[in-house]
Amino acid sequence: MSTVSSATEQSLASVVVVDYGLGNLRSVTRGLERAGADVEITDDPDAFAAADGIVLPGVGAFREGVENADPLREELLEIAASDTPLFGICLGMQMLLTTSEEGETDGDAAVQGLDLIPGTNVRFDEGQKVPHMGWNELEVEREHPLVEGVDNVASETQPADGSVDGEYAYFVHSYYAVPDDENAAVATTEYGLEFPSIIANEDGTVFGTQFHPEKSGETGLQILRNFVEICSQE
Amino acid sequence: MALTKRIIPCIDVDIDEDGNPAVYTGVHFEDLKYTGDPVEMAKAYNESGADEFVFLDITASAEGRETMLDVVSRVADEVFIPLTVGGGIRTTEDIKETLRAGADKVSITTGALERPELVNEGAKAFGSQCIVISVDARRRFDEQGEHYTEIDGESCWFECTKKGGREGTGIDVLEWAAEAESRGAGELFVNSIDKDGTKDGYDLPLTEAVCDVVDTPVIASSGCGSPEDMYDVFTEAGADAGLAASIFHFDEYSIEETKEYLDEQGVPIRL
Repeated sequence: MSTVSSATEQSLASVVVVDYGLGNLRSVTRGLERAGADVEITDDPDAFAAADGIVLPGVGAFREGVENADPLREELLEIAASDTPLFGICLGMQMLLTTSEEGETDGDAAVQGLDLIPGTNVRFDEGQKVPHMGWNELEVEREHPLVEGVDNVASETQPADGSVDGEYAYFVHSYYAVPDDENAAVATTEYGLEFPSIIANEDGTVFGTQFHPEKSGETGLQILRNFVEICSQE
Repeated sequence: MALTKRIIPCIDVDIDEDGNPAVYTGVHFEDLKYTGDPVEMAKAYNESGADEFVFLDITASAEGRETMLDVVSRVADEVFIPLTVGGGIRTTEDIKETLRAGADKVSITTGALERPELVNEGAKAFGSQCIVISVDARRRFDEQGEHYTEIDGESCWFECTKKGGREGTGIDVLEWAAEAESRGAGELFVNSIDKDGTKDGYDLPLTEAVCDVVDTPVIASSGCGSPEDMYDVFTEAGADAGLAASIFHFDEYSIEETKEYLDEQGVPIRL
């Protein structure tokens, strides 16, 4: 389903939301539009090349997600190899890693993720309420345009530098990413242990958030604005 | 800082005489009072600092369902916080349609009690995170339960009811909560028939008992009359989220002042 941006919003970048048959794409689309993007929801790889940025959304289980997205694997890897930003959200972020404990259940063989940020997704320990569901704090660990933002898009309720350090975001997940390279963590969050809540590859063009920016109120919209800004610079 | 406690406004939406969706608030699941337009209300809550938003379709009629999905879509366009939709969900197709309309989670009551496999199917197809199992609990002071709690010196168990409390099931809430969790429910939504609309506080023994048997997040509902009631349900009963309807609808307390109060009391809250 496509929605139309209001006339007052000027499109800063064209963004493709990858439709691989799972989840609620409406909210992420509305969020991106609010952040100034022109959004196309599609599973047509031809549309990927023309876009300024690609969003890999996600709710659901790792195995189903990876299997559903499998026909698009090559095209997604090509995007990652180019300069076009690839932004994974929640399960979409987990799919950027190599594999997940979640895919190993029921005696099935491990499912291969996209392996763009080497690492694995592991389940929270017993004793923690799972899923980790609700609003939790972001602690920015290192520089990345997704979290620093750009000073011209700050809103009334956000600091002028657009940083999301110390702000709250909305999480719903039972697994968390453990990248092989510690520097992949752009921001971390505390839930029994410290886990990466925003990750990025070395080039900085493949990144993801464990939380849902489209559901994280003003902080989430700031991240989406930052993303749209990154796209517009490519 | 840790995971924060969530403050969740809830609206009950029905179809009015002219066929338009309208928000109602009731007492003991009855005596409904008109309180406003669902989309406008959702917008206002989104801006007021609500952590989530719950939308319950109380029409329970086939014709009402299409209208409601349309309202869900319009609400989803306005809220950038999680949206849970409940009412009349009985099949995986119902779950799919509701999520497609823009809900992030579905709340299921009767549909899951009547066919518990629905929980497994929903969790497998869409993920546990979007399957909220809702119970309408009723206190019973007889010998037919499985788990007893002492309330005012009397031994009490909690029964799952259907049809907003009008029909008993004989099923012990604590048994069902544990079963729903093992089948893949991602969250439990605990209503109390005894407390609904009374504004004299949540059913603390009920909420605490459910929190003790499950590891998934528990949303306490029914009976909230003040920010102090929220404080009690978080600190005494261990709830992860507090849901309220009438105190916010009738502007008795704003979400902001509720959150400020809780923050001052040391409850982790997103301000």
